[in-house]
Amino acid sequence: MIRMTAEQAASPAVIGASGQELQEHFDATIARDQRVEPRDWMPEGYRRTLIRQVAQHAHSEIIGMQPEGEWITRAPSLRRKAILFAKVQDEAGHGLYLYSAAETLGADRADLTERLLEGRQKYSSIFNYPTLSFADVGVIGWFVDGAAICNQVPLCRSSYGPYARAMVRICKEESFHQRQGYELLMTMMRGTDAQREMVQDAVNRWWWPSLMMFGPPDDNSPNSAQSMAWKIKRHSNDELRQRFVDMTVPQAEKLGVTLPDPELRWNAERGHHDFGTPDWDELMRVIKGDGPCNAQRIQRRRAAHEEGAWVREAAAAHTAKQAARAEKTEKGVAA
Amino acid sequence: MSDDHVYMTLAEGHEDDTRWAYGTGFEDPLHGVDTTVPDGVDAAELAALCVALGDDALVSAQRLAEWTTRAPELEEEVALANIGLDLLGQARLLYSRAGQADGTERGEDAYAYFRDPDDFRNVTLAELPGGDFAFSMARLLVLSSWRLAHFQGLTASSDPVLAAIAAKGVKELTYHRQYAAEWVIRLGDGTEESHRRMRAGLRQVTAYLGELFDAYEARDEVLAVLRQIADVAGLALPEMTPGDEGPGRQGRHTDHLAPLLTELQSVARAHPEATW
Amino acid sequence: MTGEKRDWPLYEVFVRGKRGLNHVHVGSLHAADDRMALTHARDLYTRRNEGVSIWVVRSEHIAASTRDEKDPFFAPSADKVYRHPTFYDIPDDVPHI
Repeated sequence: MIRMTAEQAASPAVIGASGQELQEHFDATIARDQRVEPRDWMPEGYRRTLIRQVAQHAHSEIIGMQPEGEWITRAPSLRRKAILFAKVQDEAGHGLYLYSAAETLGADRADLTERLLEGRQKYSSIFNYPTLSFADVGVIGWFVDGAAICNQVPLCRSSYGPYARAMVRICKEESFHQRQGYELLMTMMRGTDAQREMVQDAVNRWWWPSLMMFGPPDDNSPNSAQSMAWKIKRHSNDELRQRFVDMTVPQAEKLGVTLPDPELRWNAERGHHDFGTPDWDELMRVIKGDGPCNAQRIQRRRAAHEEGAWVREAAAAHTAKQAARAEKTEKGVAA
Repeated sequence: MSDDHVYMTLAEGHEDDTRWAYGTGFEDPLHGVDTTVPDGVDAAELAALCVALGDDALVSAQRLAEWTTRAPELEEEVALANIGLDLLGQARLLYSRAGQADGTERGEDAYAYFRDPDDFRNVTLAELPGGDFAFSMARLLVLSSWRLAHFQGLTASSDPVLAAIAAKGVKELTYHRQYAAEWVIRLGDGTEESHRRMRAGLRQVTAYLGELFDAYEARDEVLAVLRQIADVAGLALPEMTPGDEGPGRQGRHTDHLAPLLTELQSVARAHPEATW
Repeated sequence: MTGEKRDWPLYEVFVRGKRGLNHVHVGSLHAADDRMALTHARDLYTRRNEGVSIWVVRSEHIAASTRDEKDPFFAPSADKVYRHPTFYDIPDDVPHI
């Protein structure tokens, strides 16, 4: 994608219009629900916020490969093995689409990776929980991908064009992810007692962390208002969380599992389910790096990156040598 | 477009969009192919061949899956998974055919999950531990070149099912070979370190060529490819020396196969009555 | 690891989904050379769907219109530049597979 450097973006001289005119034009684009594209002028705050959001999203896809990826070699049937392998591969692909979108804003993937490894950029807290049984693969598909869909479908209308387009592609694929998870759980629930216990245990462990995926409650979400005004974000954390709960409850009933929340009940007046309060202290702990698997996840990503350095260098060196050889041949011919 | 509309779109069928499930069995290459074993085909021999080729593919796919979240670059994650999925798909088709041919009507999972190491017939090269990226690419180059030659022969098999499986596999293996060859060249030519690693990887792999050619004689094709690639990569092709191990085709394996299978079979064997 | 950060340059990927259609910009990726970029593009953007045609081009080789050439408020769409073949400078060594 064509990028615009920060200097260009910040410099009104580039297009000979005043800062105020540019701002007005940008505001009008947002107000008309049109897309902002990479070479458009945009406020520096918009650009920075987007880079952070898209990078965090990309990091989540890549780190999110790990909890499920651990089960590819152990999947209990060849069909499940193929589905899981393809799913985790999709996540690598989604990460790449998103890094690609971030790069249209002038970010550099290597730099974003470094920020992730140094803990300066975050990824979704959900991936800091361990996967303890194969039922977790199903529940991750059902809850985590389900929650991701709730989050991401509105982002298909994000004000930033490349991000919105990446989301369209990703959402299409994620719907299969959710379905494969739910289908695995249905199969397991029809199986042995041990399998049903595995499913319920996984549901118990993943339910609350999944609700936390939508972020802190609205009254404690400092950046949300600006992001909503910029249409980088289209719904509030609490709205999306409610939508997820309403969507999931009937699915749980059909599956025959119990969601671990004694306060969960239908509220006819509101037309929504009431539900308990997630442990926000736990969310803050996990975000700050104190979750069960934070260190392990980053360690693995760093190891892959560092152990792969010689391969990346070799490929670059080969390209440079090829170019030098071609030049030499050309000169030889000319002489 | 409202969000609700997008949700609806997600809930609709996507019959035309099988891409996500690449290699997951939604596409049936055997559609319309008669699965009865034709007269004149030795069913036991056919079953044994399908099991051996299936084992090569399954064990290779398992080693490729081990690269997940460990590949040297994200684009390589996607590429290695594609190759692993191709091989997994080949294993599934071959096991199913074996179950039809040996009269047991066993399904693919019976072969993958409920046989012991002694019953596996993969060549031992496939089961060696992952090693570095150079070794993996050397092994992929050798195995895909050899398997490609074998599959090309099998497209003319008197068993139409095996011929169809081979025809699908030929396309896939051609790509695997190309991918591996490009990397062997890059690493052989790249830096001093990559050259050293590539040379070591190639040497390690060459020790197992004898076993491959005993299983299927494709010496000329495979060596021609290797020489050509090694030449472009600035690598000398090591002398073929007989390996210490194997042959896996007779069920004699290295110490590396048993732990690989223990992991692969762990969940399935912990719940033998379960359905997945 | 000096200079490693930018060693694999960025490529733009254009895919022709089927005959009769134009190549469409689908995104970008990193690769060490043109061949690798094509391989990665097939793996990532088409999952090796046979029969599609892919172009890859180093991002830095794409020339795009800038707004100072025109009214600053002309309809903003980066996609537009891709609708005009003259805006690209595709290197000779990119095979039209």
